[in-house]
Amino acid sequence: MIEIRIHGRGGQGVVTAAELLAAAAFHDGKVAQAFPSFGSERTGAPVTAFCRIDTKPIRSREPITHPNVLFIQDSTLLHQLNVFSGLSEQGIVMMNSTRQVEELGLKDWMVQHPEVEIYSFPASDLAEKHLGRSIANVGMVAGFASVTGALTKEAVQYAIQGKFPGKLGALNVQVAAEAFDYVSSHKIGV
Amino acid sequence: MKQQIEGSQAVAQAVALCRPEVMACYPISPQTHIVETLSRKVKVGEIGNCQFLNVESEFGALSVLIGASAMGARSYTATTSQGLLFMAEAVYNAAGLGLPIVMTIANRAIGAPINIWNDHSDSMAMRDSGWLQLFAEDNQEAVDLHIQAFRLAEELSCPVMVCMDGYILTHAFEEVDLPTQEQVDDFLPPFEPVQVLDPQDPVSIGAMVGPEAFTEVRYLAHHKHLQALEAIPRISQTFQNIFQRSSGGLLKLYHTDKAETLLLALGSVNGTIKDAVDDLRTEGWPVGAIQLCSYRPFPSHALRHAAQNAKRVIVIEKDLAVGNGGIVSSEVKLALQGLPTIVDTVIAGLGGRAISKAAVIDTVKAACLEGLEEPHFLDLNWEAINRELTRQAEQRRSGPTPENLLREIGLSSGKAL
Repeated sequence: MIEIRIHGRGGQGVVTAAELLAAAAFHDGKVAQAFPSFGSERTGAPVTAFCRIDTKPIRSREPITHPNVLFIQDSTLLHQLNVFSGLSEQGIVMMNSTRQVEELGLKDWMVQHPEVEIYSFPASDLAEKHLGRSIANVGMVAGFASVTGALTKEAVQYAIQGKFPGKLGALNVQVAAEAFDYVSSHKIGV
Repeated sequence: MKQQIEGSQAVAQAVALCRPEVMACYPISPQTHIVETLSRKVKVGEIGNCQFLNVESEFGALSVLIGASAMGARSYTATTSQGLLFMAEAVYNAAGLGLPIVMTIANRAIGAPINIWNDHSDSMAMRDSGWLQLFAEDNQEAVDLHIQAFRLAEELSCPVMVCMDGYILTHAFEEVDLPTQEQVDDFLPPFEPVQVLDPQDPVSIGAMVGPEAFTEVRYLAHHKHLQALEAIPRISQTFQNIFQRSSGGLLKLYHTDKAETLLLALGSVNGTIKDAVDDLRTEGWPVGAIQLCSYRPFPSHALRHAAQNAKRVIVIEKDLAVGNGGIVSSEVKLALQGLPTIVDTVIAGLGGRAISKAAVIDTVKAACLEGLEEPHFLDLNWEAINRELTRQAEQRRSGPTPENLLREIGLSSGKAL
């Protein structure tokens, strides 16, 4: 089972990212469950959402405390919350940022967790370019699909078009396509 | 057709397929997505002959439906928590008058302290109102129970609450097989009321009844629930014949054969419990689980039959009878009266606290090896409680308890006392 935890802030499409992952997994014939951390969310406040993907029915309802994948949609959260809490030592981190490891202050952490793969890329800049809005979620989902192969490109497009009808969907598909190609060549490491 | 869909959206679709004629709703989290979706469906004409009323309160919502149902209209609303308490007087009236209204309860805690998260305190507060109460394990079952609820309510002329865990189910985005209109029409006949306000054939509904007949009227309400004990499994079977899947019924069993310890719960925590049962069985613990789907009527006989060979039943319940302990466990004890079975009460998941598989497994092991205190509170922070009790003992003006507790756990930066 893939267990994904998504960190961001209210207004950044964190819950939508979890839904897109689940919808894409469904399209690929898998079983998925997406749910938000249930709070009285406000714009700008830290928000968490979760997605489980499996090939058999998912019965658990507990929040994901030991993810094997993390999305960090807002890198300013790195030093506010323990976003890495419970992450698998072989985990994958998708980071929305234009900055390098040193700038993010993650070098020590990466030395201690050598098997964790971190992909840092400007997902919100890609959205800004195509949509005129810096919403990172679609780029993060496409980036995750690209580096892990856990979701097909077609399924990600299907999920986007289901969530955003019409022109907005078409523009988001462009964001996803660019993120899909961009990420695999921008792995950062120790 | 299978869809990846939010629980609230799925339930709204299911209610729409049941061809409601009057819906009166007042939004309140976590039920809001259901009623706003239904409101939109009525507005765009997706639901045929239906009126959606925006009302001023939950009390207004159910009062409107009492009138609508008495006029012979298929009637629906949804609420939760403080909203259910606010409509309490009408809740009892709807049942007392025998009006087959269907209401979704997106289960949520009751304040104070104000809390918007899930537990079962709200519907439990209305457990003796005369409404049938069915609990869904997942969103597929929530959809299926709504369709069954209309048939059950109208057959017995008795209102039904379909209880689904707030947020945990209402806001979960998962796979649901939504039926077709043809399937629902096959299953759910048009509403044929046993009593109706009709100017052509006038009757009065809502007579004052004195001591000479009140007990008899109440007995007949109880009798209706006894009939429901037969109707619920039958309707669940009919549902399975048409929709090709099993949903609802009085209770569901999971690995209960030869199980020495049984876990028993209502609602969505049963998913986590089944995972815990699988892990425990792998380790050699003879454990099983009972999912109580019908809480009202309480299926005492079926439960006694299912649990009669177990040494221990651990009831995990998301409610608290303050001053007594477990609500569900008290009823389980009554159902198992005379048997040597030990019944443990585990109060868990209050106000949205997550119930983890690890905590369920630890609790089962602790119960079997050492026994549990009665009632047992899962994951209770004794340190914070003891500090607050000390403060209360030391000073008369110890201040408001919720605020003190928030300071204890570091979530509030107010003045330290």
